[in-house]
Amino acid sequence: MSAPLLSARDVTRRFGGRIACRDVSFDLWPGEVLGIVGESGSGKTTLLNCLAGRLLPDGGSVAYETKSAGTVDVHRLSEARRRLLARTEWGFVNQDAREGLRMGVSAGANIGERLMAVGARHYGEIRGQAADWMARVEIDADRLDDRPTSFSGGMRQRLQIARNLVSNPRLVFMDEPTGGLDVSVQARILDLLRGLVEGLHLSAVLVTHDLGVARLLTHRLMVMQGGTVVEQGLTDQVLDDPQHAYTQMLVASILPV
Amino acid sequence: MPDTIPRPDINPTDSTSQDGAYNYAYLDEQTKRMIRRAILKAVAVPGYQVPFGGREMPLPYGWGTGGIQVTAAIIGREDTLKVIDQGADDTTNAVSIRRFFATVAQVATTTHTEEATIIQTRHRVPETPLTDGQILVFQVPIPEPLRMLEPRETETRTLHALSEYGVMQVSLYESIARHGRIAKTYNYPVMVNGRYIMSPSPIPKFDNPKLDRSAALQLYGAGREKRIYAVPPHTSVKSLDFDDHPFEIETWTECCALCGSTESFLDEMIVDDAGKRLFVCSDTDYCESRR
Repeated sequence: MSAPLLSARDVTRRFGGRIACRDVSFDLWPGEVLGIVGESGSGKTTLLNCLAGRLLPDGGSVAYETKSAGTVDVHRLSEARRRLLARTEWGFVNQDAREGLRMGVSAGANIGERLMAVGARHYGEIRGQAADWMARVEIDADRLDDRPTSFSGGMRQRLQIARNLVSNPRLVFMDEPTGGLDVSVQARILDLLRGLVEGLHLSAVLVTHDLGVARLLTHRLMVMQGGTVVEQGLTDQVLDDPQHAYTQMLVASILPV
Repeated sequence: MPDTIPRPDINPTDSTSQDGAYNYAYLDEQTKRMIRRAILKAVAVPGYQVPFGGREMPLPYGWGTGGIQVTAAIIGREDTLKVIDQGADDTTNAVSIRRFFATVAQVATTTHTEEATIIQTRHRVPETPLTDGQILVFQVPIPEPLRMLEPRETETRTLHALSEYGVMQVSLYESIARHGRIAKTYNYPVMVNGRYIMSPSPIPKFDNPKLDRSAALQLYGAGREKRIYAVPPHTSVKSLDFDDHPFEIETWTECCALCGSTESFLDEMIVDDAGKRLFVCSDTDYCESRR
């Protein structure tokens, strides 16, 4: 391990006079899953969008170590390079699967889109890979030609994950991947994600407000409040021995079963 | 109907139309100049959609306002005009447009493909191979090939600018998944000069191979959406496909009932109450010349 995969320095983003996130710095190493937790409105999603190049930060920089072209500043890349990066080396899993999927075309076409975008022109092979990924995310192969509109929430989310991972990305951004799903479906998706992240040696930045999700999936945790990082460290350490008052409150507010 | 009507014999330096009420070729000189500039840019960047200031024309959108403006900008007294609609020279739209230019531009008109210097067309490319110096003007209803896949204009322009055409391939994939083959039969998307994906206007995919390295200049005018694009002579035009589902044109088991052609695009006609069917060439000039 020579260099961090993703390195954020003093990332700041304002919306008018309102500060969404301020001076966020961290390094993400290959194979590591970083969790960002905090309450609603604490700037988690804004930070994620800045990291993924979807929003231009007002200050600071985000550096990414590419597979072949060395380290690049995500926000100084040309739009063409950034979009290419986003559909080859990166993945982005939205909270709402409808935003991340093409609802008007079949599941197979959804999974195959990234392959076709980088030049795959063999129908049989694209379809074969799509079927393979359907199996890996535990969707029945006979749903390959069905549209995601006929899928349940959990299936859509799994389809979205397959669509992102088909191009073998190195880094996946996830925005509340289990938000809005019922508990048993959440558990299956978490299981699936954990297996995929370990099996594919993925790095990931995961935004969640659910400390259970963070505990299961992430290695390291950043706690955000009001746009700033109030505490960061190893996940177990932060959750078992929270230092900051806000983190203590957050951990204490988990409902016991 | 005579096949060829010669140019009326009037003073060639007269800059007005025959009846004196309109400027030559209907449009004013500044407008023609603006359209010619758009055409030059379109020819310089094959397949790229150039916006232009489309004018109100004396016929409704969808009847060929884009094609007429392009023709008006390039036509001169020495030209011979042919207008076809679905391959036929004698349909209402074709006859009206031909008569319009005979009046306002005093040009000779013809139905013979070989004699024409400008051919304005809707829905077909003539069967007779075109030659150097001929110009084919297409009437285009929807110039944006990605429109049905991506509704945002800003986004489609970005996709063109960055050559991000995965979504087009997705639509072909979907067609095979649903129908077992690429079911699109007209307005079949093409890649021009290896750079821009272009809508060839609603011609049958049968005509797509005729666009590839054609000796004639192809100009496309969309009046409603105010776009002009072009394919210069001898430019590659490739129909999109998959390696294992290659592009194919339509074929018929019958031949033309009038001329016996087995190589032209055939229209199916029901000829009596018992449902008797007949296949005839859609290109009337080609069919007549073979009888």
